[in-house]
Amino acid sequence: MLGLPPGYGGGAVLNVMDLCTPLSHEVLMLRAGDRVTLSGTVYTARDEAHLRMIDKGIPFDPHGAAIYHCGPVIQERRIIAAGPTTSARMNALSGFLLEKGVRALVGKGGMGRQVADQLKGRGVYLAFTGGCAALAASRMTLKGVFFEDLGMAEAIWVIELDRLPLVVGIDAAGNDIFKAVNKNAQAQFRKMFQVKKEVSS
Amino acid sequence: MIPSPDLVLLSAITRATCEAFRQAEITLPPDVVQALLTAKKRETSEIARAELANILTNLEMAGSLSVPICQDTGVPVIYLTIPSRIPFTPDIYGAIAEGVREATRDIPLRPNVVDPLTRENTGDNTGSGMPVIHVRPGESLTITVLPKGAGAENMSRIVMMLPSDKDQIPKFVAETMLIAGGKPCPPVILGVGIGSTFDGAAALAKEALLEPIDTMTPYEEEIMAAVNSLGIGPMGLGGITTALAVKVKTSGCHTASLPVAVNVQCWACRRATVEVPY
Repeated sequence: MLGLPPGYGGGAVLNVMDLCTPLSHEVLMLRAGDRVTLSGTVYTARDEAHLRMIDKGIPFDPHGAAIYHCGPVIQERRIIAAGPTTSARMNALSGFLLEKGVRALVGKGGMGRQVADQLKGRGVYLAFTGGCAALAASRMTLKGVFFEDLGMAEAIWVIELDRLPLVVGIDAAGNDIFKAVNKNAQAQFRKMFQVKKEVSS
Repeated sequence: MIPSPDLVLLSAITRATCEAFRQAEITLPPDVVQALLTAKKRETSEIARAELANILTNLEMAGSLSVPICQDTGVPVIYLTIPSRIPFTPDIYGAIAEGVREATRDIPLRPNVVDPLTRENTGDNTGSGMPVIHVRPGESLTITVLPKGAGAENMSRIVMMLPSDKDQIPKFVAETMLIAGGKPCPPVILGVGIGSTFDGAAALAKEALLEPIDTMTPYEEEIMAAVNSLGIGPMGLGGITTALAVKVKTSGCHTASLPVAVNVQCWACRRATVEVPY
């Protein structure tokens, strides 16, 4: 079948842990493939917010914080829809956050090797189901906003979460479920089409 | 003489456009929901099933709360059919754009449309060349919307193949998903345009996404099997459901050409058609 290593959702029942911000050492014990829920405060940030933070500084306390890669729909200070955006766009922009104490990056689609290395011994990447904006919004309360001039999608929204269901995509030991899935997909592709070279993604 | 704009017609077009967006953004077509339910039953990986369960719960919540399924409410792509008895005037474009503005304000939709170079947001999902409007003659006046999110659109590809390489088409489609991985929010629907010209192939690929996904040709099944054997699974977390469907559209092309385009559509295959009462 898929040939995925054990612990990647192939069969065994995985851990389910309830996490709450500010996050601390508990995230270091999580393993790729574990299911968790996240409660507490998250800060949304996409490309523009990351660039602004690099330039002007982080407008919130980063210690134990969770960053959510998301550009929500907000109407009259209410969160209407707030699913995750593609995290890989922030591959080159996330290191400074982890250095300053951020413990979790939440988004979809996984992140590059650079980020997996930066997470080592520090924090985790948590995957939320892409497109599940209504489900997300039903677990959220809006608390504030930074950099609102960047526009609705790019501003940093301060959001209180109530048990958002997530999967550990990359753990603090460097295990990366997306990488494992990609490696398997590469092998299947080579076998199916008799290709020798790896396709870069 | 240019016929004067019929204000009743124009406001009906505006209303129908807004209504089509409301339907498309909040509820998925039954064939897509069915494909997701079937996928959840078939999946063997626990994570994949949990991802599909989140998707199905999300669909229920969007419907019961009347909010968009996904916060990336897309850019407006519109297919218009117009009968010969209705004069096709530039005002019709304006009326559709007004419907997009209304939808953006009322549903609401996220303002996604920006200038490609200054990146300045227009704030209402319209702008130069936006909405994208495709016009065809038809029996009745209908507005079909296909709001297209960026995550999946960004993973789309086009190639000018050698005509002798036509057997390589399934490989090109599978390779597109291999490169995309979890980024386009799988399980995806793949629109494949084969033939026409460089731009025409891309248009065919997008039109293929308007087709219902409850039936597939043997060729489409063959391509889908290749894609699903990659094991990328829902959200790229592994599983047997990478694609819910593959839809192919073909058109005549130059004897020396073989354009092939793959338009990637996330699981939120939002499409709705509203007939304009006129």
